[in-house]
Amino acid sequence: MTRQIRAVALISGGLDSMLAARLIQEQGVQVEGLNFYTGFCVEGHTHAIRRQERERPKRNNALWVAEQLGIPLHIVDVVEDYKDVVINPRHGYGQNMNPCLDCKGFMVARAREWMEANGFDFIITGEVIGQRPKSQLRRSMPIVARESGAGDRLLRPLCAQLLEPTLPEREGWVDRERLLDWSGRSRKPQMRLAERFGFRDYAQPAGGCCFLTDPSYSRKLKDLWAARGERRYELDDIMLLKVGRHLRPRNHFKLIIAREEGENRFLEGYRRCFTHLEPVSHAGPLCLLDGSADEDDLTLAARLVARFSRGRESPSVTVAVADAGGGGRRELSVSPMPADQVPRRWYIT
Amino acid sequence: MQRQEIDARGLLCPMPVIRLQQAAPACDKGDELDVLATDPGVRADIPAWCRVHGHEVVEIREEGYTIRVRVRIGG
Repeated sequence: MTRQIRAVALISGGLDSMLAARLIQEQGVQVEGLNFYTGFCVEGHTHAIRRQERERPKRNNALWVAEQLGIPLHIVDVVEDYKDVVINPRHGYGQNMNPCLDCKGFMVARAREWMEANGFDFIITGEVIGQRPKSQLRRSMPIVARESGAGDRLLRPLCAQLLEPTLPEREGWVDRERLLDWSGRSRKPQMRLAERFGFRDYAQPAGGCCFLTDPSYSRKLKDLWAARGERRYELDDIMLLKVGRHLRPRNHFKLIIAREEGENRFLEGYRRCFTHLEPVSHAGPLCLLDGSADEDDLTLAARLVARFSRGRESPSVTVAVADAGGGGRRELSVSPMPADQVPRRWYIT
Repeated sequence: MQRQEIDARGLLCPMPVIRLQQAAPACDKGDELDVLATDPGVRADIPAWCRVHGHEVVEIREEGYTIRVRVRIGG
């Protein structure tokens, strides 16, 4: 009796990794999926937070892909270990704060560990030569294989015919002839193959699945590090960078002001951690103050919060201010700051 | 049959799913895990995770701001 060959697939929730996994399943290999949660994933949080996002049907795309493929999916929390990838990327950043090459190496390395611990034979990714991001450049591919320790147990079914044969091909676990030779940025081959497999309603994320590729998010992360004087973060920090308007009127404090009801509800959960402000005479957003503020700073913050309240045209708005945890609550009556007096540079966008 | 609670309140998806996934291997078939969460995403994500792992969602109940998802461990 021949041994059942088993592969672990990196499942992002996008189409490419889904197609790669199905190609290998078609060859009689048993596949299970791994999905890594870094904290920067576009999935999940934004869907939960913003009202406009809630109007779309909510689903976790990686789990949806696993269901379509009929495979178990293991979601792995890598938030702590991933910090070193973001803070000290050996290969540097892409256009924004995206350490794509280090990220791919990290994920394949974690997949290798999982493969070894669970007695699997090889690793599959949905990479295509020449497609964005940088980790999919032809010259990057051997780097990922080498630095992850996966070596020739890393198979990229969508472009395998353009690369040196890997162990699964040489051993005959998979038929190289039935793998693909895709390169370039065109999405048409993917769409045709999805059609052939009967995959519909798959995710088509605009701008990728990671906030670190987003210019505005990247600027907020840089601002956070600059204000702290060191490159470090906690999970709550990077969650909050996804939410609200961020204004830094002074170097020593920043305001995070909710833009709509969903964000307001999300920020509610942080009242215990931050000084917070909220209009009470008029409807308006909850605002967290990150940093330290004296009375003049708090008055300035209250005027800015008033500017985003329903009372923005009123001569006076009453804003409640409380310390982290809710103590020291008091009310300030302030004149809303006119829009033209809010310097553009205060906005971290 | 044993029943155990997993407190995932205040966590955003997929963390409640990860907490469930971490607890499941120590359970026997038929045991029940109650995931307490506040992220409405668990209504879709936990059933999806259960379907791909062969477990069953017995009920999803709102308790104020908390969503309780009861999962029965499969074989």
